[in-house]
Amino acid sequence: MSSTQFEIKSYPDMWESLGMDVARFEKMRCVLGDVFQTTFLSQENRPQRMDYFNWIVSEIHGGRIREILDAKKEGRPVVGTFCVYVPEELVIAAGGICIGLCGGSQGPIPDAEKTLPRNICPMVKSAYGFKVAKVCPYFQSVDFVYGETTCDAKKKTWELLNREVPTYVMEIPQMKRERDRTLWFEEVKDFKAQIEKVTGKTITAEAVTEAVKIMNNKRKALQRLNRLQHHNPSPISGKDVLLIEQIAFYDDPVRFAEKVNLLCDELDERVKKGIAVAPASAPRVLVSGTPMAMPNWKAHNLVEKAGGIVVNDESCIGTRYFKDLMDENMTDLDSQLKALTDRYMKIDCSCFTPNDDRVDQVLKEYRDSGAQGILHYCLQFCHTYNIEAIKIKEACEKAGIPFLAIESDYSPEDIGQMQTRIEAFLEQIKG
Amino acid sequence: MVVGVDLGSRTIKVAAVEDSRLVDFRIAESGYDPHRQSLEMIKGYHPARIIATGYGRHLAKRHFADDVITEIKAHALGARHFFPECRTIVDVGGQDTKVIALDESGKVLNFQMNDKCAAGTGRFLEIMASSLGYGLSEFGAEALKGKGDVRISNMCTVFAESEVISLKNHGTLPADIAKAVHISVIERLVAMLARVGYEDTVVFTGGVAKNPAAVNLLKERLDIRILLPEPPDIVGALGAALYGT
Repeated sequence: MSSTQFEIKSYPDMWESLGMDVARFEKMRCVLGDVFQTTFLSQENRPQRMDYFNWIVSEIHGGRIREILDAKKEGRPVVGTFCVYVPEELVIAAGGICIGLCGGSQGPIPDAEKTLPRNICPMVKSAYGFKVAKVCPYFQSVDFVYGETTCDAKKKTWELLNREVPTYVMEIPQMKRERDRTLWFEEVKDFKAQIEKVTGKTITAEAVTEAVKIMNNKRKALQRLNRLQHHNPSPISGKDVLLIEQIAFYDDPVRFAEKVNLLCDELDERVKKGIAVAPASAPRVLVSGTPMAMPNWKAHNLVEKAGGIVVNDESCIGTRYFKDLMDENMTDLDSQLKALTDRYMKIDCSCFTPNDDRVDQVLKEYRDSGAQGILHYCLQFCHTYNIEAIKIKEACEKAGIPFLAIESDYSPEDIGQMQTRIEAFLEQIKG
Repeated sequence: MVVGVDLGSRTIKVAAVEDSRLVDFRIAESGYDPHRQSLEMIKGYHPARIIATGYGRHLAKRHFADDVITEIKAHALGARHFFPECRTIVDVGGQDTKVIALDESGKVLNFQMNDKCAAGTGRFLEIMASSLGYGLSEFGAEALKGKGDVRISNMCTVFAESEVISLKNHGTLPADIAKAVHISVIERLVAMLARVGYEDTVVFTGGVAKNPAAVNLLKERLDIRILLPEPPDIVGALGAALYGT
């Protein structure tokens, strides 16, 4: 792909048929293409096999949507999501597709603010805005949106979103006692029934076994990428890994795992030959906190522009999505659903209380990744992560780990101050 | 000779250092063209290196500076030059308020900056002074005469200005309003200090450290010793120069 002509491919007829605001979306498409060019394609010494992921981005609003619409025609369910707490295995067992919905840019926030309060999380506002402004082809293609109860802004917005697109809500427990596990198990069973209702088919144990393998392979590929990212000097930028992790929520899981593994083969070679994207002396940063929906690349971009490198991302976009595999040895549906419940109950989302596992996990990932500092990135009004940052800060102080907490949103207005703080943080790491 | 240039939001500061000694400094308003202004200000020096800091540091790097450091590091280095033992620095500049904690050797341990907002900054004081019809230097002097029983409760600069106007129209004495404005700035600063933690002496830098009411109030609220570099607004530029030696 030539580095001067990147564009997100245009599919005006298909968008028209999805009921989108094509004129407006056309502008957003061009802006995203330009930003992608300057943020990603301008990087030096990028692995060659990033080409596939560039291509996926170029087809993000076109080719991929076509695949989704084709699947829908065959009666396969398409579920839009905002959370890693989705039993994806059940969607895949029904031949279906999970799609991470749009919610990472400032553009549609004014549309959302016509209705929603200003002082709630930018991701919730952005997502709602994408739907009401009709500028997200994914929102226009899904059978239903999967909502959950991980925060107040989300769970109340689902009620309004349900007027625009069918929104199915699962109750995520907020503690991890036995009775909470039982509640989640019941929710998983209901979710299975919901998928069966949408498809008119019954999910079998064989299909779940297959789906578990698909998801585990995808997670294993991401784990492998994560381990390679830890290498010093890093064979791949943190920005590129973030991009791949974001694409993980859009792409076909089998094809995606294969392409990530092919990239990892190249990274293995680069490690052997000592080819790196940054010198070994570059300050190594672990990013922790709230997930970054595409195209939110702000923090990673600032760290790497300032000469640092992101070597790990402990968020729902990062390790929280793929750190736990599911037991593959269950053959009957009941034990499969129980194993699934167990797997998902390990997720250390900050909606849980107590949630000390997350603090331990962040410190473990800090050590595993060879990071030299922790940047806690939090979206504005994301109270659970913002407050939990205090515990992570205390743990860092105790362990002598440089720590910086940043609270931000999708607007560019704080980039100057964020840059100063991030640069000062890197200076602090360098000593 | 090494020259440090601090391209701040309101003023540009230049410090010249020879053998780790401050030999000269210059201060001027940033104006509309900080690049040209900086070049004017370093005329006549023949530095081996120029190090830039402040908001315009990357602009300076593109045009004339050899290297850049952040304001945080610059203030740490500059403050230690004046007070070699210091562990806590507060810097209230035009657009930013910073609190910096250092370890024994002067390394930055932790810092806080205001985000996205002018509350608690020099610009906040400037806007309030002008809405009361004061120049900046008389504003501080006037606040010293205030009683201190009036409060400004809004953090938002625009709303705080409305509050000042409304107090004025209720007949509150200008000195009392001036004091209230200063209290508002210092209370924000004290909250930031509490978050970062501080030792029993604090170095106060930046343009606002020239304001006697601000210094007095900070001393009163914290009941600690405040050390003032002379002049307080060149600490960043000095730190940048020292970094280059």
